[in-house]
Amino acid sequence: MLAEQISVFVENKEGRLAEITAILRDAHVNIRALSLADTTDFGVLRLIVNDNDKAEQALRKEGFTVGRTRVLAVEVIDEPGGLNNVLDPLWMQNLNVEYMYAFANPKGKNAIMVFRFDDHEKALKILEERQIHVITAEEVANL
Amino acid sequence: MPIFDIDFETMPREGVEAIQLRRLQTTIARVYATVPFYKKSFDAAGIKPKDIQSLDDLKHVPFTTKQDLRDNYPYDMFAVPMEQVVRIHASSGTTGRPTVVGYTRRDIENWAGLMARSFSAAGAGSGDIIHNAFGYGLFTGGLGAHYGAERLGASVIPVSGGNTRRQITIMKDFKPTILCGTPSYILHLAEVADDMGVDFKDLSFTSGIFGAEPWTESMRTELEAKLYLKAVDIYGLSEVIGPGVSIECREEQNGLHVFEDHFIVEIIDPDTGKILPHGEAGEVVFTSITKEAFPIIRYRTRDISSLNPTPCACGRTHIRMTKPAGRTDDMLIIRGVNVFPSQIESVLMETGKIQPHYQLEVDRKDNLDTLTVKVEIDESLFSDDIKSLQTMENTIAFDIKETLGVSAKVMLVEPKAIARSQGKAVRVIDKRNL
Repeated sequence: MLAEQISVFVENKEGRLAEITAILRDAHVNIRALSLADTTDFGVLRLIVNDNDKAEQALRKEGFTVGRTRVLAVEVIDEPGGLNNVLDPLWMQNLNVEYMYAFANPKGKNAIMVFRFDDHEKALKILEERQIHVITAEEVANL
Repeated sequence: MPIFDIDFETMPREGVEAIQLRRLQTTIARVYATVPFYKKSFDAAGIKPKDIQSLDDLKHVPFTTKQDLRDNYPYDMFAVPMEQVVRIHASSGTTGRPTVVGYTRRDIENWAGLMARSFSAAGAGSGDIIHNAFGYGLFTGGLGAHYGAERLGASVIPVSGGNTRRQITIMKDFKPTILCGTPSYILHLAEVADDMGVDFKDLSFTSGIFGAEPWTESMRTELEAKLYLKAVDIYGLSEVIGPGVSIECREEQNGLHVFEDHFIVEIIDPDTGKILPHGEAGEVVFTSITKEAFPIIRYRTRDISSLNPTPCACGRTHIRMTKPAGRTDDMLIIRGVNVFPSQIESVLMETGKIQPHYQLEVDRKDNLDTLTVKVEIDESLFSDDIKSLQTMENTIAFDIKETLGVSAKVMLVEPKAIARSQGKAVRVIDKRNL
């Protein structure tokens, strides 16, 4: 199963991010990676965590709006051109990145990139054809 | 469906009008003799009680306004000595001094009868269990509905407003069949039920009686789908008597029957004070014709509605007022455009499929009015993609501009960011210093 990301609607207010991370802390959820996309009034916090169900439940209980999205998590070799190995075959087939963010793999030297493409199925197929390893939800949980 | 007071509620028009004239003449003569305010205002207009020879003559009688009631705070509008007053209610006074109203024993009995009629119109009978979430206290909603439920012979749960989680438990355990409250509080109740994992499908409600603030047809659709009941609008105001001035019948849900053997309703042009023909929207004006302690003559309610005299399929002969569309004092003038919060609500619900949790913020920057519409996000609207959220904001703003002709900034906010009131919703925050 593909990795899954939790997203949370956040108003642009002081201390709001700290509140969310405190809720996750109190629920004993470990954050693997996060990215915040923002506008002047609000933002969407995207998170990769070790336990999606627990995170979603805890945030909902505190009244947050929570979404879950399948994402493609790909290990990228830590050398010049590493990211291009992944991106080149995709853009050549007209795939568009909607957003992406990265985190370090604690078990290796490589980075893990999290992608959301406009056509997810197609992206997955291309990566598989290229034998680029797409990290599963289980692998993310066990990092 | 049974009609509680079949003789009066289905009386032929000539009968209704004959009763109205007789009761109006009595009321006018009584207030002229007992309430100095009315004597002064009639004298100033050159009106004597004997001048009221037909219902049409009512149009010569001066209006009474909220300000008049404030000026006579607390008891100067009462038409009986305090020994005969058995109950006092008051408005919340959020916009100034509260207005105080009184009831004699007979007023309370009449009111209970009107509320019993209202319950019956909503489909309730003596076998029903009524969950009364109107607030008990100075507000007329709670006690008004309570006495009416008892008069009907139903079982009433006097749960009042607030303590929402406990209300949900009561709904599950006591199995009430009729739900009463303000629509904004009922929506809040539905949200809390959702949080608690309680589905209204599993509850026992058949009818909902909602009122004390204007609500739209789209809100009815929403409430009925969520709560698995038929929703009818009840109308009233403490200055006239409280809830039970008019109500929709369950059969038609199309206009509220005004109990015309107790009240005379008129629709006027709010600017000129002229009576408008049936079907035209304007300000609703009421005259009470049976009240003893606090009779009211041509009271300007500031509510906007129109009248529909066509006979109703339910059999009631009393005239219908259309669902109140807003209030003249809710009306915002933004860059010269008249805007009612209910219009924005319709846009939100029709174009955005959005729950009606919204607030309008009006401000003035560099001599230009600005309108911000805050809308709470919920899971059905949420996306992890910023672009689609911004598109939604823009679409709503576009539709508001198209429908109302006024530019607005739409701002998504977190769920429950807009304060929920136990009673009426605060829909407008006007920061302009005009």
